[in-house]
Amino acid sequence: MAGVEEEIREKTKTSGEVAEEYKKFVGRKVIFIVSLIPILFLIIGVSTTLGSANLTIWDAYSAIFHRFFPSYFHSTWLADICVWHLRLPRIALGVAAGFGLGVAGAVFQGVLKNPLASPYTLGISSGAGFGASLAILAGAGIVGGQYLIIGNAFFFALLCALIILGLSSRRGSSPETMILAGIALMYLFGAMTTLLQYFAEAEAVKEAVFWMVGDLGKASWSILVPVSIALVCCTPILMLKSWDLNVLGSGDETAKSLGINVEHVRIITMIVGTFLVATIVCFTGTIGFIGLVAPHLCRMVIGGDNRFLIPAAGLTGAVLLTLADTVARTIIAPVILPVGVVTAFMGAPLFLYLILRKRRQEYW
Amino acid sequence: MKLKIKDVEFSYASTPILKNVCMELQPSEVLGIVGPNGAGKSTLLRCIDRILKPQRGSILLDGQEVKDMSRMEIARRLGYVPQTSTRVFPATVFDTVLMGRRPHLGWRSNEKDVEKVLEILKLLGIMEFALRDFNEISGGQQQKVLIARALAQEAGVLLLDEPTSNLDIKHQLEAMDIIKKLVEETGISAVMAIHDLNLGSRYSDRIIMLNSGSIFDAGSPSSVLNPENIKQVYGVEAVVREEAGRPYIVPMKPIKPNGYEE
Repeated sequence: MAGVEEEIREKTKTSGEVAEEYKKFVGRKVIFIVSLIPILFLIIGVSTTLGSANLTIWDAYSAIFHRFFPSYFHSTWLADICVWHLRLPRIALGVAAGFGLGVAGAVFQGVLKNPLASPYTLGISSGAGFGASLAILAGAGIVGGQYLIIGNAFFFALLCALIILGLSSRRGSSPETMILAGIALMYLFGAMTTLLQYFAEAEAVKEAVFWMVGDLGKASWSILVPVSIALVCCTPILMLKSWDLNVLGSGDETAKSLGINVEHVRIITMIVGTFLVATIVCFTGTIGFIGLVAPHLCRMVIGGDNRFLIPAAGLTGAVLLTLADTVARTIIAPVILPVGVVTAFMGAPLFLYLILRKRRQEYW
Repeated sequence: MKLKIKDVEFSYASTPILKNVCMELQPSEVLGIVGPNGAGKSTLLRCIDRILKPQRGSILLDGQEVKDMSRMEIARRLGYVPQTSTRVFPATVFDTVLMGRRPHLGWRSNEKDVEKVLEILKLLGIMEFALRDFNEISGGQQQKVLIARALAQEAGVLLLDEPTSNLDIKHQLEAMDIIKKLVEETGISAVMAIHDLNLGSRYSDRIIMLNSGSIFDAGSPSSVLNPENIKQVYGVEAVVREEAGRPYIVPMKPIKPNGYEE
C-alpha cells in the first residue's frame, strides 16, 4: 500500500516542486565542481612542501612568501631554487596539463560517444611520439634549434589528427569512422617510430623512449606560457559547445532536427580538443589515464551533462595529475619516476574498481 | 497552407527511395502517412525536416523554401519526434525536454526556458518523472518525453515518426490523444508516419498511402483505406468495417505470389 500512496503523492507533484528539485539537482553539480577547487589547492599546498631536497614545510612556504614580502620572510638560496624553479613550475604544469587532458577527455568521449575515447584517440600520442623520435633519432624536423623536438611532436600530433578528421569527413564524420581511422593511423605512426628506432643508436633510442613516457620533468615557467594560452583559448570554446554536445548525445538525427549543425560541432570540438592536447603533449610526452579516468569519475558523480562535466573533468584531471606527480616525486626519492607510469599504476586499479563496483544506475 | 511538397525525389546512392512525392498540409490538420515497410514514410519525414536532403523538388513551409532556411530556423518551425528505439546518452527527462529549447537561445538555458519546460511537462502529464533518467522510464513515457521535446521547440508543424511503435495499446491511445488534442487546441499541424492502419484511420484527418516511394492514394481515411488499396499496396486481403464513422481494417490473409496455389 505504501508504494501506491507514494505513487499517488508523486502524481500530484506541482511545477513549483519540480522546479525546486531541478534547482537542487543542478546545485549538487555546481557544489561538486566548486568543492574540487579547495581540494586542488590543498594538494598543491602539500605538494610544494614535498621533494628530494631536505626542506621543512616552513622553509618551503617562507621561500614562497619571501618573493612577496621579503622583509617578513627569509629564504635560503637552496629553498628558493627548489621551490621557485623546480617545484612550483612542475606543480603548475601538472595542474594545467591535468586540466587540459581532463577537459579534452570529456569532450572526446562525448563527441565520439565512446567510453574508451581519450585525448589520444585521434592518434595524437602516436603522432607526437613519431615527431619526437624523428627529431631525436634522425635530427630532422620542421623547426630547428631547441624547439626541434617540441615543434616536431606538436606538428605530427596535429597532422595525425587532421588526417583522421579529413578522412572521416568524407563519410559525414561519424564517430565510428573517426575511431577506426584513428586506430589505423596509430598503427601506421607506431610502425614508423619503430622503424626509426630500429636503425638508430641505442642511446638515442633510450632518449626517444624516455621522451614518450609522460613526464613533468621538463617544466619551467616559460613552458607554462604556451600551455596556459592553449588552455585559456580552448576551454571556453569547448564550454560554448557543451550544450550542443549534449544534444548530439541524443543522436545525429535528433540533433539536426533541433537545429544543430552536427558535422560542424563535431569537427570544431575535435580540432580544438586536439590542439589543446597536442600543446600539452609536446611538452610532457603522453601522460595516460588522466583523460580517461577523470571524465568517467565525474560522470559517475554528476552525470553526463557536458555543461558541468567538462569543467568538473578538468578540475578532477588537475587534482589527479598533481597527486600522481607528488607520488612520483616522493615514493622512491631521490629518484623521480615519470608521472605517466604513476598515473597508469594508480589509474588502472581505480578505473577497474569504478567500473566493477555496484552502481545505482547506468551512467554511460 | 502550412506545408506544400512538390515533386520531391530522394535516393540513397542510386537506389531511389522517394519518387515525385507531392502533398499539402493544412493548418490544424493531422496527416497520416501509411505504407508497407520500406515505402519511404520515415524518409519523407526526414526530407521535410532536411535531416536528409532531397535531390529534387521543393518543400515550402508557410510559402518559404525549407532548403533556404538555416538549420536553426527549420528547428524553430518544424518539430521532429523520432522513433523511441534510438538509444540516447543518459540525461534526465527535464534536460531532454530542455534540449527542445536549443533553437531558441544561445548556449545556455534561462529561467524562461525552465518555465516553458515545466508547462509542457504538465501538459503531457509527465511532471512526476521530470528528474528520472530518460533511459529508465517506459517506452510510453519516453514517447511522451520526445513529443514534449518537440513541443518545446514551439514549432508550427510536428513531424512524428511512428509515434506508437513499441507502445502498449493504452499508451498508443494516450500518445495519439495528446497529438490530436494539441492539433485541435493550439492550431499546429502534424504529419505522422504510422504503421497501424487503424490508429491512422482513427486519428488522421487525411491519409497518404505510400508504395515504394510514390504516393499511391491520398484523401480521407475512408476513401484511402479500402480493401482494393490494401490488397495492391500491402498484398493483404482485408475486410474494412466501419467503426465510429471511420474505416476499421481487419487483415485476413496475405495474398500468395502470382501463379502459386496451395
